[in-house]
Amino acid sequence: MLKVSKPKKTKFSFPRSITGISGLDEITNGGLPKNRPTLVMGNTGCGKTIMAMEFLVNGIVMFNEPGVFMSFEENISELETNVKSLGYDLNKHIVANKLYLEHVHVDFYEGLETGQYDLEGLFVRLTQAITKVKAKRVVLDSLDTLFYSLEHDVLRSEFKRLLTWLKEKKVTAIITAEVGENLLTRQGLEEYVADCVIVLDNRVTNQIAVRRIRIVKYRGSHHGTNEYPFIIDSRGMVVFPVASEAFDLKSSTERISSGIMSLDKMLGEKGFYAGSSILVSGTAGTGKTSLAAVFAKSVCLAKKHCLLCAFEEAPNQIIRNMRSISVVLDPFIKSNLLHFYYARPTLQNLELHFIAIKKIINEVTPSVVILDPITNLMTEGPNSDIRSMLTRFVDYLKLEHITVMFTAAITVGSIERNPSDEGISSMVDTWLMVQDIEVDYTRTRSLCIMKSRGMAHSNEVRSFSITNKGVGLADITDARNNGSSKRGYMERENLSTSKEKNEYKESARK
Amino acid sequence: MLSKTPKRTNGKKVDDQAEVYVLQLFVTGILPNSLRAIENINVICEKYLEGRYELEIIDIYQQPGLALTKGIIAIPLLIKKFPLPEEKLIGDLSNTDKVLQLLHLSNN
Repeated sequence: MLKVSKPKKTKFSFPRSITGISGLDEITNGGLPKNRPTLVMGNTGCGKTIMAMEFLVNGIVMFNEPGVFMSFEENISELETNVKSLGYDLNKHIVANKLYLEHVHVDFYEGLETGQYDLEGLFVRLTQAITKVKAKRVVLDSLDTLFYSLEHDVLRSEFKRLLTWLKEKKVTAIITAEVGENLLTRQGLEEYVADCVIVLDNRVTNQIAVRRIRIVKYRGSHHGTNEYPFIIDSRGMVVFPVASEAFDLKSSTERISSGIMSLDKMLGEKGFYAGSSILVSGTAGTGKTSLAAVFAKSVCLAKKHCLLCAFEEAPNQIIRNMRSISVVLDPFIKSNLLHFYYARPTLQNLELHFIAIKKIINEVTPSVVILDPITNLMTEGPNSDIRSMLTRFVDYLKLEHITVMFTAAITVGSIERNPSDEGISSMVDTWLMVQDIEVDYTRTRSLCIMKSRGMAHSNEVRSFSITNKGVGLADITDARNNGSSKRGYMERENLSTSKEKNEYKESARK
Repeated sequence: MLSKTPKRTNGKKVDDQAEVYVLQLFVTGILPNSLRAIENINVICEKYLEGRYELEIIDIYQQPGLALTKGIIAIPLLIKKFPLPEEKLIGDLSNTDKVLQLLHLSNN
């Protein structure tokens, strides 16, 4: 029962049972209601059993809370085989008496009723199972089977009794149910599960199947009400939530250099804000990847980790190409500061990419993540989905205090009209635009800052040069009128790079 | 099933042959349904199977392991072990006609 909390003052938080399923604990604000039953509903094949099993196994592994799994559908060996693909060795836990699996075979009783009956037999079995392993977590998967063979009136009252009983037993329970006619949900039974109702869904849009999860009800607590995509991969279930806390974050005033001194100057003398998001957009061949590489290099020089997610070029190709403009990246790979994530966008859907990236982020804890180019991902899936995925991803990175740089390729002449570009530009803090402009019959690369939140930034369009000595900025007029002054600028730039090089050599020697 | 049918339709002859019914009734302590079932089965057995039945009443509260091994969910549960085939009935056995029908006993 909910304690009566003093108004305003107390910060009562409902006791939770952490599921250990990444993302799910976020959207439920810390897990399922402790010692109460949760109903997980969904169609066939949407991941109910896996979610339930993961909840149990995580309970055992992470919190030493033994679990009971009552399977009404699959028998024990089927169940064991099915979850083995997720890397769960159930047998180990069973031997250690931490996990108990029981297959409840439901006989076909229709027409065999001779009077009143109840499901006390099931309760007896549950009691035994719970006592056997001293279970804290219980899964019943799925009760629908009962509805094929027993009278609904009896089931309804027995279901209600079961829920009360489970509460009395002080176990956190997951009861799964299918969505459909003649099934549990049809009976309006979910209303009895007063505490928590979760709906899973598997939908196919544009030939890409997306699993989604939604918390329909969570009594005594606020919760995320949106549908969140989730995946089931070789490591289990991962929910991708919008990190709603992102907005409560205290924003950092710390700055991070872009790797180009003159660009830093344009950005209020100091460079980007650490933990902000940066968009570099431009037409093909304007030097987006080069800007990104220079940034990556400067991050690594500061002895921080950088994750470069390449969706266009293979890592080796990037390294080779960047070497040609004196941005040497190989040492940082050797020193394990620079990490690559390389995948073809079409290889898997967007969520899988983000989740894979998220996993790497958890492993290497980079301070900068670069996505090059984000537009390649845009070809996958409907646009609105991508935008929401990106927003979530950016929010997640902000929460982790990671600076993120996207590059985006845009088509010539469509800068204002490109919808995907607009979509991203509103969510980023700093937007750099690189363009080819014509100056005196010569195509010149130019760079300007379209926006940069929270800092005085230059409005100039600067000439942006990429030579075999590096990347630099100069005034447009310089570039046009006076080659020597441009070179002067370049030299200053290179001075900094050579200085950096020396520093690096020194550190390498150490 | 079919081979049994003639015997059954012979009605009284079966009685004469004194085919022994082996019944097991699974109950849960003294819950109302269970008490009614025990009462009803005793009445039925005395009336229709006098002298030719073996009735075992099993309380799965006392032997909880049986709930698992017998695959019991619904209670009370009556299992007719013999004559074959084995058959299961659920409920408190208050619908006498249905019990007799399911046990293949005539009501006369």
